[in-house]
Amino acid sequence: MSSPRIGVLALQGDVREHVRALTGSGAEACEVRRAAELGSLDGLVLPGGESTTIGRLLRVFDLLDPLRAVVAGGLPVFGSCAGMILLARDVIDGRPDQPLIGGLDVVVRRNAFGRQVESFETDLAVAGVEGPAVHAVFIRAPWVEKAGDGVDVLARVGDRPVAIRQGPLLATSFHPELTGDIRVHRLFVQIVRSELGLKRGRS
Amino acid sequence: MMSDGPTAPAPATGASPSGPVAPGGGAERQAGTGRVKRGMAEMLKGGVIMDVVTAEQARIAEDAGAVAVMALERVPADIRAQGGVSRMSDPEMIAGIIEAVSIPVMAKARIGHFVEAQIIQELGVDYIDESEVLTPADPHHHIDKWAFTVPFVCGATNLGEALRRLSEGAAMIRSKGEAGTGEVSNAVVHMRTIRAEIGRLSALPSEELYAAAKELRAPVELVTEVARLGRLPVVLFTAGGIATPADAALMMQLGADGVFVGSGIFKSGDPARRARAIVEATTMYNDPAVLAKVSRGLGEAMVGINVGELPPQARFADRGW
Repeated sequence: MSSPRIGVLALQGDVREHVRALTGSGAEACEVRRAAELGSLDGLVLPGGESTTIGRLLRVFDLLDPLRAVVAGGLPVFGSCAGMILLARDVIDGRPDQPLIGGLDVVVRRNAFGRQVESFETDLAVAGVEGPAVHAVFIRAPWVEKAGDGVDVLARVGDRPVAIRQGPLLATSFHPELTGDIRVHRLFVQIVRSELGLKRGRS
Repeated sequence: MMSDGPTAPAPATGASPSGPVAPGGGAERQAGTGRVKRGMAEMLKGGVIMDVVTAEQARIAEDAGAVAVMALERVPADIRAQGGVSRMSDPEMIAGIIEAVSIPVMAKARIGHFVEAQIIQELGVDYIDESEVLTPADPHHHIDKWAFTVPFVCGATNLGEALRRLSEGAAMIRSKGEAGTGEVSNAVVHMRTIRAEIGRLSALPSEELYAAAKELRAPVELVTEVARLGRLPVVLFTAGGIATPADAALMMQLGADGVFVGSGIFKSGDPARRARAIVEATTMYNDPAVLAKVSRGLGEAMVGINVGELPPQARFADRGW
């Protein structure tokens, strides 16, 4: 089976770690900074970073509408932390003008777990990930405040959803790219492969 | 809070429970681990951290797309011009900046002044810069940074200095440059030096790493790790003299993971515009067309000081060891 081509949005954030995890999961990973580079992708990752910075750069470099279009077109996208915020329909405790890509029928609360001194790591059971618990790193992390009916919750901390899936869109409050455990990235590559299969079936 | 020894290999983690986890996530939470501290710096990569001295400046920085702001009492250029002892900022001012913005807030403590660091941690600051820009409080000892939950960034002029700071618990390194000059040459020298020294280590056979550690005056475990990784085990930003979008892109092309800008923004003619331009140049550092566009018509850059004209006692980069 050929490797799916998965881009990592490289405006700001922990791009290198996602590229490494995707490569380890059998994908051909590349950095993406321009709208023209979106066309050749089978999937996209929105990395961890500062969501207000990335949002502003999306606007400056004319990426917001092209990204909304590929999400609407069914491109599989995985967002971690800031990436989860960018995929949300709305954000609480964001900046009033903070641009979002949207796609996930969720409202997220930014920095919900607190400031850096409250950042933490813990073990989580994540639905769809086989084997032992996923070791999850939360850094000034958001959580899902409200989720629509079409959203599957894959993991929670307390009663707060921290990993979700809606069709080809996957998002985590935590950073699976930081631990060397690539099972969440494998899950995403699997989603990309099955979407590719469906697309081929249709055409 | 830290359970790591100072020479624990990266990514350092606290002891993690490996038993089965109840669905719903009842597992223990660990704060202040090496991984959480270093991970925070990973999230800042490709970004610009801006020095601010008021809540209003912090808002301008956030509007421009800064990934974090650094709260300090005076920007380095004013510290140079006005002289006197330079200390931690007024907690009132730091709290005001935390209140004013939603992005991470950093603050500076004097080298070796662990009580300033305790106070800053108490305020809820996200990162502490143990900084040579302030007047050192201890000529012999830096802060024991393992003792804190909040992560630290420290300056370095070369690899040995960077590794000594890591051995004390720093979770992020920045090249020192020469702060408050608006002159980028020292930042260039420090970045090139660190990169060249890493390159040399990577080429050494393993039995020669012990002598290399002795020469670098750094723990052999960290030296071995750097040789294996071919880079520092933490994020490496640049600082000290960055005044233009071209300076920021230069440092990124030289291998910096991101940029601190001190006096360069708020000592210029049009801070908001220059701040936006430096953010955009840091993202598109490899694209001369974007760099040309964002560099146009920015107004006056900070006047600056030529580093070569500074007397030795006025050089901040020589503070610390």
